[in-house]
Amino acid sequence: MRDGPRIAAGLALFLGLALAPVWQRAASGRAAPAEPVVARPATRCVASRDVMRASHMRLLDAWRDKVVRTGRRAAEDADGRPLAASLTGTCLGCHDNKKEFCDRCHEQLVVKPVCWSCHPEKAEKS
Amino acid sequence: MIESERPERRLFLKLAGLGALGLSARRILGGAAGGDARRWAMVVDPSRCRWDDGCNGCIRACHAAHNVPSVPDPRHEVKWVWKEKFADVFADQEAPHVAESLARHPILTLCNHCDDPPCARVCPTKATFRRDDGIVAMDPHRCIGCRYCVAACPYGSRSFNWVDPKPYLARLDPGFPARTKGVVEKCTFCVERVDEGRPPVCVEGCPEKALLFGDLNDPRSPVREVLRARYALRRRPGLGTRPAVYYLV
Amino acid sequence: MIERALAGRRGYRAWIAALAALVALGALAYARQLEGGLGITGMSRDVSWGLYVAQFTFLVGVAASAVIVVLPYAVHGVKEFARLALLGEMLAIAAVSMCLLFIFVDMGQPARILNVLLYPTPRSPMFWDMVVLSGYLGLNAVIAKASLDAERRAQPAPAWVRPLVLLSIPWAVSIHTVTAFLYSGLAARPFWMTALLAPRFLASAFASGPALLILVLLVLRRLTRFDAGAAAIGRLATIATYALATSVFFLLVELFTALYGNIPEHVSHFRYLYLGLPGGRTLVPWSWAAVLLAALALALLLAPSARRREGVLALACVSIFASIWIEKGLGMIVTGFVPSPLGRVARYVPTAPEILIALGIYGAGLLILTVLTRTALSVRGELA
Repeated sequence: MRDGPRIAAGLALFLGLALAPVWQRAASGRAAPAEPVVARPATRCVASRDVMRASHMRLLDAWRDKVVRTGRRAAEDADGRPLAASLTGTCLGCHDNKKEFCDRCHEQLVVKPVCWSCHPEKAEKS
Repeated sequence: MIESERPERRLFLKLAGLGALGLSARRILGGAAGGDARRWAMVVDPSRCRWDDGCNGCIRACHAAHNVPSVPDPRHEVKWVWKEKFADVFADQEAPHVAESLARHPILTLCNHCDDPPCARVCPTKATFRRDDGIVAMDPHRCIGCRYCVAACPYGSRSFNWVDPKPYLARLDPGFPARTKGVVEKCTFCVERVDEGRPPVCVEGCPEKALLFGDLNDPRSPVREVLRARYALRRRPGLGTRPAVYYLV
Repeated sequence: MIERALAGRRGYRAWIAALAALVALGALAYARQLEGGLGITGMSRDVSWGLYVAQFTFLVGVAASAVIVVLPYAVHGVKEFARLALLGEMLAIAAVSMCLLFIFVDMGQPARILNVLLYPTPRSPMFWDMVVLSGYLGLNAVIAKASLDAERRAQPAPAWVRPLVLLSIPWAVSIHTVTAFLYSGLAARPFWMTALLAPRFLASAFASGPALLILVLLVLRRLTRFDAGAAAIGRLATIATYALATSVFFLLVELFTALYGNIPEHVSHFRYLYLGLPGGRTLVPWSWAAVLLAALALALLLAPSARRREGVLALACVSIFASIWIEKGLGMIVTGFVPSPLGRVARYVPTAPEILIALGIYGAGLLILTVLTRTALSVRGELA
């Protein structure tokens, strides 16, 4: 391997560039993403915070298909009480500040959900 | 491939395969599963429609409740319910001497929620589909915007979002989603209200009670009562779509 | 192998550069369409399919016409077509690629196009259209690659290629039949709802495809050392002539049924095409031009002596191609929507961005055809 040193140098350069976001984040000193802010104290929750953090996107997909395609609009909250499976009505009813709640994590993780192209950011208080 | 030496296992696998094929054939052949015994329908009484003072109660109620945009360019118009002339709606009933009361009254035009909807037949993703209760529903999340349903609808009931609708919403009702550009939409018989036992907003929004809504399979429903008493037309019945919107004459 | 297509004389490089520029312009126009929606085209609530779908319909025919070369050679041993079969397949690849691109740019939500495969709907002809078109592209690509590889190694093609070639024959017929079924099953559109639509499509495809292939071969004869031979070109011309005559006959048959039966909703569409309706006369001059071009082509081709003269043949082929392009690529789709189900005559004129996108796709197709043909000729040592 005549070009061994050059190849190694190239690989190192590539890895350095490719992992640049990691070095930048470590250097900037900011640790975890900012916490999303819930405007009102929570009275009812669909599920625990950790469960929602991990799977709210799957839950929303499941609710979407359930409501739109089968017309079944009933769901349950974390305590087993009935709840409407509705992004607009239920979720946005409490979490109505997109910038302080939804965007906090999404922007940091560069996630761009398309929900808001149709579902309004602020729900009606019903 | 695992060779099964026991004939019972082979037979079981064959029967399971045939069974699965049979079940999927049922879906493929589009048989209406008997999930919901109701069949929603609407009866329109054009003679009650207050056209001479420009009443648009039904249209305004529907479009406001569902965030339907008012696009100024007529080429890009989006409408769920609207009014047409009798001669255009019932062109297949063409007659030179139609009673003036009928000929001059605007006819409320909307999706007919057919029993055998050609739009649902052609949709390549089942983004539009017929529910068991007769409502032809739209899943705007799945729609790819191919507009095959628009071509297939014999009634011109469907609108495509040629542009982003949001700039053309005078007021966005936050209780209901809007749509994005690139998907098709139409009257949904207010499925979100019907599922909660409430009538469609157009029916409630008509000051003259020109619109009736109910379950065709319930002999005591308002729609069945009026259809027992009076003759009603449906649009282009010869096409075999079996529409669920009746027009009293 | 493809690298052989990148080197060449100045004229060739200029051609490639021009096509690439056309593609780039089309891509820019498409970016605008993605941003602003399909409203930047001339389509409307009443005429909801336009130039893109029409070009797709026309090009499926060109793609299917590869069977005209493959069938005689692979099944009936017509030796004149031996060296043409590969070029026919390459034309098919370029044409199907354009078809898929035209479908893609017509979608309102193109990012969701995989929904057609994720939620398969066997009752929808559009589902089958996606399946058979993609399959045809794959089939021809595999066959062409294997054949070209074999030629490069100066060996016969592997045994598994022949069954694929045989499969491509009914598959070619199926792609255009399924495309016709998109339209001919719609009770809402009386102009399309005719059992004759699929046969019409196939007849016009078997005229326009070979006409285009002849033109390509004449160009190659001038620019390269590849000469398909007078016999092969003569046979293609014969096929195109009979196919054109059949296509014209089918149109006359349609006109009789519509006009003699005199059902208003059937007559109105033909009236729109050939006489115009109040509020819509755009297609009238084009429709008559198509008629005249077809008549000219038939007149030129029905005399066998005329067929043998290159200039006359080229003119006839251009006439056939133009006539059928007008008939399918302009007149077939829009007319289905005019008048609308509520009796309205809507005007449809493609806008500049729409035309640019279409031209960009044609550029891409020509680019694919050029690259594939040049590679093939280079492998055969028949470049100039």
